[in-house]
Parts: sequence; C-alpha cells; structure tokens
Amino acid sequence: MKDAITQDAPLLKLKGLEKRFELDKGLLEQIKFKNGKLTREARAVHAVNGINLTANRGEALCVVGESGCGKSTVARLVAGLLTPSAGEIHYDGSRIDTLGRRELLPLRKKMQMVFQNPYSSLNPRMTIQQALEEPVSHHFPKLSRAEVRDKVAEVMRSVGVDPSWGKRYPHEFSGGQRQRIAIARALTVDPEFVIADEPISALDVSIQAQILNLMLEAKDERGLTYLFITHDLSVVQHFGTRVAVLYLGTLCELSDTATLFENPKHPYSRALLSAVPQLKDDKPNHIRLKGEIPTPIEMPQGCPFQSRCAFATNRCQAEKPRPLQQPDGSLVACHAVEEGRIDA
Amino acid sequence: MSLLSVRDLTVKFAMRDQTVTALNQISFDVGRGERIGIVGESGAGKSITGFSLLNLISKPGFIAGGEILFDGQDIAKMKEAELRKIRGNRMAMIFQDPMVTLNPVLTIGQQMVETLMAHRKLSRAEAEQIAVLKLREVYIPSPEERLHQYPHELSGGMRQRIIIAIALLLDPQLIIADEPTTALDVTIQADIMELLLELCQSNKVGLILITHDLGVVSQMTERTLVMYAGRIIENGPTREIINDPQHPYTQGLINALPQQTLPGHKLKQIPGNMPALTDIPPGCPFSPRCSYATDRCRSERPRISRYGTVEVACHEVERLLKDEKKEMTA
Repeated sequence: MKDAITQDAPLLKLKGLEKRFELDKGLLEQIKFKNGKLTREARAVHAVNGINLTANRGEALCVVGESGCGKSTVARLVAGLLTPSAGEIHYDGSRIDTLGRRELLPLRKKMQMVFQNPYSSLNPRMTIQQALEEPVSHHFPKLSRAEVRDKVAEVMRSVGVDPSWGKRYPHEFSGGQRQRIAIARALTVDPEFVIADEPISALDVSIQAQILNLMLEAKDERGLTYLFITHDLSVVQHFGTRVAVLYLGTLCELSDTATLFENPKHPYSRALLSAVPQLKDDKPNHIRLKGEIPTPIEMPQGCPFQSRCAFATNRCQAEKPRPLQQPDGSLVACHAVEEGRIDA
Repeated sequence: MSLLSVRDLTVKFAMRDQTVTALNQISFDVGRGERIGIVGESGAGKSITGFSLLNLISKPGFIAGGEILFDGQDIAKMKEAELRKIRGNRMAMIFQDPMVTLNPVLTIGQQMVETLMAHRKLSRAEAEQIAVLKLREVYIPSPEERLHQYPHELSGGMRQRIIIAIALLLDPQLIIADEPTTALDVTIQADIMELLLELCQSNKVGLILITHDLGVVSQMTERTLVMYAGRIIENGPTREIINDPQHPYTQGLINALPQQTLPGHKLKQIPGNMPALTDIPPGCPFSPRCSYATDRCRSERPRISRYGTVEVACHEVERLLKDEKKEMTA
C-alpha cells in the first residue's frame, strides 16, 4: 500500500515543458546572406512551448489539437523518447527527464506506450508470442518460461486475442487485431500509466468502438491512468476525464471533459468543437477561422492564435496570454476571455 | 432521365490464383445536381466505385459486367479517346491527397491552363483569365500570384482548394470526391466541405461524396449509399438513413459512434471484421457479424429491394416489413 500523500499527488506533472527541433544543425546551414552581410542564424521548430499540465491517478487526460500542435511531441517527451529543451517532467513525485537510460528502466515498466499505426509498431519478423513475451521476460527476469507464457496468455485473453494465435506473424492479422496485440504488449508488464498516441485513428468506425471499449475496460480493471493523444473530439468526449486543447505547442484551454463540451471558452476550442460534423446537422455548421495554422518555425509574438482569431486586439499581438482559472474550474489562456470580451 | 445511372456494375481483380469480385452488381442513380454520399469502411468498395465511374480501373482490375450510363452513354464500353472527352470535362474527380494529385514540377497556372487548353479552344491568355476566376471562386487570396507558385509552396488546405478549382474548371456536371478532406485538419475540413457544398449548389453540379464519416454525409448529401464487402446494402434519403437505418450493418455503424453512447459507457461495437475480398462468406456478406442472421442469411444472398423511399438488401428487413403489411391487412 502506498501512503496517502503519494496517492493524492498527481502521477504526472509537466512544468514549463519546451521542445525545439533545430532545423539548421551545421555551421554552414546557419550562415545566411542578409542585407549584404553574412549572419549566423539557426532556425528551430518550436513544437512545445512551455506547457504546464498534470495527470492524476486513474484519469484519462486527453490532449487534442490539429496537426502540428505538438500533441505527439508531448507524448514522446513524457515517454522519454525525446529530451525536453527546457522544463521538467515529474512522475510519481520524482523528476524523470534528467534520468539516464539505466535509471529509466524501472520506469519503462510502469509507463507503456501505444502508437497510432499497428502496422509499423509490431516487428514483422517476430511472432505475436515472441513480441508479447519479450517485454515480460525483460522486465520480470525472475519469472520462469512457463510463468511468462501464462502471463502473456492471460493478457491475450483479456484483450480478445486467442492465445492459440501466438505462432502467427503480424501480417496475418487485421488492423484492429494488431492494435489489440499492441495494447496487449503494453499491458503484459502491468503498467500503471499508458500513453496512447492516436491509437484508433488508423482504424474503421466499428473497430474503433472495439478498441475504445477495450481501453476503457483495462482502465477500470487495472486502475490505469491514460495520456490519450487524439485529434478526434468525439472520442475525447467519450473517453476523457479532462481535456487539454493545444495550439502551436501552447495550452489554450484545460478543462473537465463535460465542461469543455458544454461551454468551451477559448475561441480556438469553440471553433474546433464546432467543426466536428454531427449526425444531426444537415449542412456544414461551424465557426469559420480565417487563414490556416502558421508554421511553428516563426512563432508569432503574443498569443499564438491571434492570426486566426476574430477577437484579437493589440494586446493579443504583444503579450502572450497566461492560463487563468475560470469560475467553473477550467484554465483558459485568452485575453478576450479574461477581459470579458467573449461572453462565457 | 438521371444524369448517371449505374446498372449491375461488377468489377473484378485477376489475382495470380483466383479472381476476386471487388464490386458485386451495384446499381444506383444520380440525378442532375443531386448530391449523394457513399459510406462504408475500408475495403467496402467505395473508392473502386468512384474510379470505375470514370473507367479508371487499371490492370489487374477490370469491369466484368454492367453499365455506367452517363447522360445515356455507357462509360463502361467507351474507348480511351471518348473517355478523355468526359474525364475532367463533364465528370471530374477530387482525390484524398492533394499532394499526389498536383504535379510537383508544374506551377498551379501551368496545370490549370493545360487542362483548359486540352478541352477548349482557348488562347493562353484566355485560359489564364478563367483560371484566375476559378481560383477566386474557391477563395484563394491573390490568385494572380498563385498561378506562378508550385504546389509545395502552398498549405494543405490551399492545395485542396486548388484541386476543387481545377475540378470546376470545365464546368462539369458531376464531381466525384473521394475522401477529399481526410488528410486535412477538422477546422480546414469544415471550410472545404462548406465550399464544395456552396459550389455544387450554385452551379447545379452533381456530387458523389465518398467518405467514412457519417457526420460529413449528413451535412453534405441528400441521399446515401451504404456499402459492405463490394455491395450496396442500403440506399435512401440521407436523413432517413441517419435517423432510422434499416440494415443491421448501417444500424451498427451509426450506433458504434461515440456520440451515440453516454460518455464513459461501453460503446455498441460490431463484432468481428469486414471480410477480405478473397474470403466473402456465402449468402449475406454481413451474416457472420449480424445478430439477426438465420440459416437463410448464411446461404442465400439477399437482393436489394425497395421499401417506401429506401432500398435495403436484408432478409430480416424483408421479413419484418412483410409482417407489418400482414398486420395492416388483418
């Protein structure tokens, strides 16, 4: 049993998380000829720009946004697949972004990842049995071969994969079956935290429902905590306990799922929600945004959303809004909301 | 007379050791200026349907039977030269990925002018004028400058607008759009769909919209075809199909959407997978996944029949509706 203090503390905490990808790595790439002078200039993709976020035990924290908003980068930073450029990642009370490979090992057992494409996340030369046994024997070196096999069979059954299929290779399975196997592989080491990066986006509607049900079941039965990355808002509404809306690597709004869907406040959240085609609509029915997402290479000063926002003022162009707590508990980073220029 | 009338269209693919049937005797009509949606999951035959309407099925695939009557002429039997007069001219197609559709080594202007001059007797200057006009219609800012840009200089949403402008260049009577916004973000998707709807309505262009998204079909179309394993299993007015689906597969597809279940509750899933084309079960192709399936469903293929305003291919629906009739006469 864990003591009460760690039970209440958030399982995952991101503090001022930043990630830049350098575009011009070499010295020669950095030298530019401008205004008759040679200057040195290194461009970078600002994928994640100072995100503060926590995930509590047993919740499904969803991160949503459009392509290029940095949601997958957040997932990879948390999983330790990328190193942050600045900021801190705390897991279960201790800082993890500074740990080395060896120190991270025990954490990898607690934290597992499910990827978008089950066609590339399974090794085509390994049978399902091998792919599932490998993490178990790696993380539980004391288990005998028979015990490993039993553990794998049990997990396979729990995700609806017949253990007798173990001798087959990934190409013999459909996309939905492969995603079940990928989820089984994440669950075999008894993780407490699962990072799922668009786990159902590559699947058909009827298969999406199967996989979502499976993930919900695993959450209830194993008390899992999820960091769920997706662009699909109807899935968020169903699956998430809380939602973080990202735009250009910046947090726009963080809110309980029900609150966000009833009363989105940030102009971007509103537009995003309105753009989801609903079955009851008989014509497109959305808030039009001007322009398109700017590139994260040249980040605008001030609010990242200003170029497409109908409420942008001089202040929005000059000053980056900070996330502020709203009466209903949500966090919103918007000057217009703060100044009461948008009716909440 | 309908603008397009497809009758018993069958498309097969010759594999090394067998021939598989990708489209199995599908029939449907599209009226002038009518917008229809084709929905289904991957492998249902939606895209093959789109390609075959322009006779774009290439080897090892072939049209094995049936007719595609476009304004009374059978596209399935046309020669290449005749087809070229129809493709892009009277019937245009919009594909999923704009980067693949546009030629990366030609400017936007070259591609548009080339298309125009291939079909119309126009001077280069006249063609450029029309191109600018069409780009303005799809809300491309500063269209004169865009003519000199290459596809890679433009964003995904902008490229798809240009594709729509190219599709509309020669004032076609029918546009086939195959998942035109799947590669785009939701906010951009919404803009593109609204634009497409607006243009179809104002120019009285027919639209065949191929998509897996029932929400999009609901917003965009008047009639919906539901496909499963290379067959049309339901065909009717979009509102009726969405509000009161008849075929168990259509019901399952709609009920499986997260919006149809309270948050956090178990979703209503359809068990199993769509069969591979090499492995389509006898009888009704949906029978292994269907909770209503009987021995008859497993042995005898249901024919698509009309009940009021909808057409459905299902033995159970047939039985239920017959019972209703009996009750009414009793």
